[in-house]
Amino acid sequence: MADCAQPVSARAGIGAALVVAALIFGTLAAVVLRAEPGRGLGASDWAALRFTLIQACLSAGLSVALAVPVARALARRRFIGRRLLIALLGAPFILPVIVAILGLLQVFGRAGWISDGLALVGLEPVQIYGLHGVVLAHVFFNLPLATRLILQGWQETPAERFRLAAQLGADARAMRQLLEYPMLRRVVPGALAVVFAICLSSFAVALTLGGGPRATTIELAIYQAFRFDFDLGRAAMLSGLQLVLTGAAALVAAKVAVGEGFGTGLDRPLQRWDGNSTTSRIMDGFWIILAAAFLLLPLAAIALSGVPGLVGLKASVWVAALNSILVATLSTVLMLILAVPMATAVALGRGTMIEVAGILGLAASPLVIGTGLFIVIYPIADPFALALPVTALVNAVMALPFALRILVPRAKSVVGRYGRLSMSLDVRGWPFVRRVLLPRMRAQIGFSAGLAAALSMGDLGVVALFADPEFATLPLQVYRLMGAYRMESAAGAALLLLALSMSAFWILDRGGRWHAEA
Amino acid sequence: MLRLEDCLIENGGFSLHADLEIVPGSRIAVIGPSGAGKSTLIEALAGFRSLSKGTVRWNGDDLTKVEPGKRPIAMLFQDGNLFPHLTVAQNVGLGIHPNLRLDSAQQAKVQAALARVGLDDMEDRKPAALSGGQQSRVALARVLVQGRDLLLLDEPFAALGPALKAEMLDLVAELVAESGATLLMVSHDPNDARRIADQVVLVADSQAHPPMETAALLDNPPPALKAYLG
Amino acid sequence: MKYLVIAAGLLSTTAAYADAPELTVYTYDSFVSDWGPGPAVEKAFEEICGCDLKLIGAGDGAALLARIKLEGERSDADVVLGLDTNLTAAAKATGLFADHSVTADYALPVTWTDATFAPYDWGYFSFVHNADAAAPANFKELAASDKKIVIQDPRSSTPGLGLLMWVKAAYGDEAPAIWADLADNVVTVTKGWSEAYGMFLEGEADMVLSYTTSPAYHLIAEEDSSKAAALFDEGHYMQVEVAGKLAASDQPELADQFLAFMVSDAFQSIIPTTNWMYPAVTPADGLPAGFETLVEPGKSLLLTEDEAAAVRDAALDEWLTALSQ
Repeated sequence: MADCAQPVSARAGIGAALVVAALIFGTLAAVVLRAEPGRGLGASDWAALRFTLIQACLSAGLSVALAVPVARALARRRFIGRRLLIALLGAPFILPVIVAILGLLQVFGRAGWISDGLALVGLEPVQIYGLHGVVLAHVFFNLPLATRLILQGWQETPAERFRLAAQLGADARAMRQLLEYPMLRRVVPGALAVVFAICLSSFAVALTLGGGPRATTIELAIYQAFRFDFDLGRAAMLSGLQLVLTGAAALVAAKVAVGEGFGTGLDRPLQRWDGNSTTSRIMDGFWIILAAAFLLLPLAAIALSGVPGLVGLKASVWVAALNSILVATLSTVLMLILAVPMATAVALGRGTMIEVAGILGLAASPLVIGTGLFIVIYPIADPFALALPVTALVNAVMALPFALRILVPRAKSVVGRYGRLSMSLDVRGWPFVRRVLLPRMRAQIGFSAGLAAALSMGDLGVVALFADPEFATLPLQVYRLMGAYRMESAAGAALLLLALSMSAFWILDRGGRWHAEA
Repeated sequence: MLRLEDCLIENGGFSLHADLEIVPGSRIAVIGPSGAGKSTLIEALAGFRSLSKGTVRWNGDDLTKVEPGKRPIAMLFQDGNLFPHLTVAQNVGLGIHPNLRLDSAQQAKVQAALARVGLDDMEDRKPAALSGGQQSRVALARVLVQGRDLLLLDEPFAALGPALKAEMLDLVAELVAESGATLLMVSHDPNDARRIADQVVLVADSQAHPPMETAALLDNPPPALKAYLG
Repeated sequence: MKYLVIAAGLLSTTAAYADAPELTVYTYDSFVSDWGPGPAVEKAFEEICGCDLKLIGAGDGAALLARIKLEGERSDADVVLGLDTNLTAAAKATGLFADHSVTADYALPVTWTDATFAPYDWGYFSFVHNADAAAPANFKELAASDKKIVIQDPRSSTPGLGLLMWVKAAYGDEAPAIWADLADNVVTVTKGWSEAYGMFLEGEADMVLSYTTSPAYHLIAEEDSSKAAALFDEGHYMQVEVAGKLAASDQPELADQFLAFMVSDAFQSIIPTTNWMYPAVTPADGLPAGFETLVEPGKSLLLTEDEAAAVRDAALDEWLTALSQ
């Protein structure tokens, strides 16, 4: 098959990948060219690299390991509030970092709810600060993402397979071997790579929960090189190091992820016959409750502290909310323009390099991208005039890795399943995209668009260098309120932000919850 | 005339050689042992496999480099002949225009085709709401509107019951008789071949043999076929 | 309507002032926010200058300097406002700044003689705590106590760097030992001031590194007298925030006018209750009610910009070593 014509060209996807690569490597090169001779990487940078790797590996491993039983439980249980729970699972991931940290600490901190509870029975408060705190916070952020990715793997398993397994009388162990393990082999390597890449560029979370400079990550070292030493060369080198690590992780994931997928069935509503034993019911209930409590308690803390501040928010906060919606809309559109062709190109077998280009957006230091873009744009245009497109573009590139994780498996199965039929009917090019590819990928496009919109809404927006003073986004206003001592209003604005992000996610993801109907 | 001139199809260690002619309007069954390359031959004709050497011609035109959708060929696969997200009418309409922009005459043509295969009131349904036989009829309605010179069947009715399969084969026979199309169908059932094929192409021992009269071949099979028929 | 225009982000506000000269001031982000001095300063200056004042926020003080370095002589900025004495040596080394002509009767605890940068406000770093809890009287007492503190990272935060300088100025070569003793009091280190202060308010620590003026915010804006700043007998390190004009400015007269305005009553009276710092020149009406309740350090510590530049890297290494154990 590979030696034959395809229903659609990979050119658009290759073009999109080139745009992404040009943005990431071009900005890095711009920073390098602008750099004066610096001191190169020192012992502290290598220590930062070591800590970064350790925490990223632990965080990725634990997030994905916990996501497996949670996704299994969510995939086979139907209960009231399941849809809401699945949607809320996306929330930690899209919170502005500072808000998430404070929410986490309200639950797990020295003066948090758990410590308060322990104090009632005369126990010491929780010791949250340290490597385990970093990992806990990263699991909080990434468990939902990993769960959603694995849940999607379940959703892509056609209803016919479950029927077949049920007919064969497959018990829990047989179900794992027939359906779950093959699915996990496809999904888990990519999920690990994405979470690893996210944790690789962590900074504020790692530092705060890590309890001090022991928890110095590469991103913090970049920050230091840039603003403490103004050593652009070292900042670029460190950023390059991040890119290499992420690229390596992505390559390994692409090599390890095997399996052709299951093909697709006839869109029959998913019904499950397995997992009816008491043990599996109890286990599933345990995992769902545990995950829900772990993820929802900090969100509840954020919501509780936000309600009093929600009334009396100044007009400028609402304007910022509108600005954020505008940025999110634009970056979602840009993300889809990049991601759908790229996913299609991967599905057509032009794979690995495009997938690697796609994941680099996660590893690229926002500070370095921002600085590089500034160096390139400053001589030719007013950075403020470009604040909106630049912010939207960078947000889109940052969201791209998630989108590709979501879109690629589906694009593969659509092309694999319907490519020949389409070609025999001469449904090629745009008609194929419009009549076959997009309708078959509707759910995944919705999910990825929802994620991109929510991420873009919650992101501080990259680049202080492009921050138009007249165009503040909501996360920026949250930071400004905090910086002006107005913690209550800031909590209110953060709750507004959370609500907006969740709404954007909910609306766009409706299609993505296709098999998830309660 | 469909001519396969010294064609060689290779795939890994597998190879199949074909040098044969098929008269327009014939109804050919492609039979042979499992794994001999029946589907491979059909796929190569349809353009899904490239030839290592040789030429495929239809009425003198070289098809070898022509893309699958541009060949004068309609094909039904073993499964997955319908798009689950499109309605019955849309699935059929694809056979007229890939982007589904149909004028009223073309829509009428779709309706007529559906009526011809006995699915008058089904045009707005999705494939999942149809029985297996009905799904096959939708695919055949599409073949009808495609109006191609050649129809290739890669055992699309294998999953149907014997009676239903016979019914479909009869419908196919009627349709190709009406349109004058040339039929090539893969089959592993000699009864199918007897039922609608006037000639048989035997695929065995890395060779696609020239067509022979069905009855003559099946009544007096060569050793390779004999082993297969048992 | 105005907000709609802003929301669309399409129309430049400069259109309204098409004929007026434009003065561009780069400053840190919290200065330009709705809750900072920016809006009032802009209004007051535009009333007297017949110009369009553009205040542009760029991160914090260190990010501001990095940006000026990136832009170099092509910069649109006429004035940079928001550096402190830890940054002025590096700023001068760029050669991008011109001398100012500002004179004023400064209310600073130190004599101000810098020819390039003029101060507009200042404050003392201090540990803020709940007023009902007893506070240690110096770093050694703090280190010996079981008080938990949250501080900012000097690599990413201005107050964090200030604390580094504070310990260095107070203890010199003894600083590493102080940090080693303090290590078990440090709950954690944050990226910026906001995280640390938020954690303190949530009860994660007994004390947070901030300013002696922080309780004034709670007292004046929230009528809440529950926060206090601990008075340390080693003295308190100062932060002096300054502004300077760029040599390549295309509006040098307007820049001078702005710097003169900066030390005038109109600007200085805005500072205390928007930036929550001491004004560099005491306003005619004095400090706002509530400021008299703030603690007044017996001794002011401030390394000169050259000293600060000289000890910075070594002090950072000491800090990293002590807190990484």
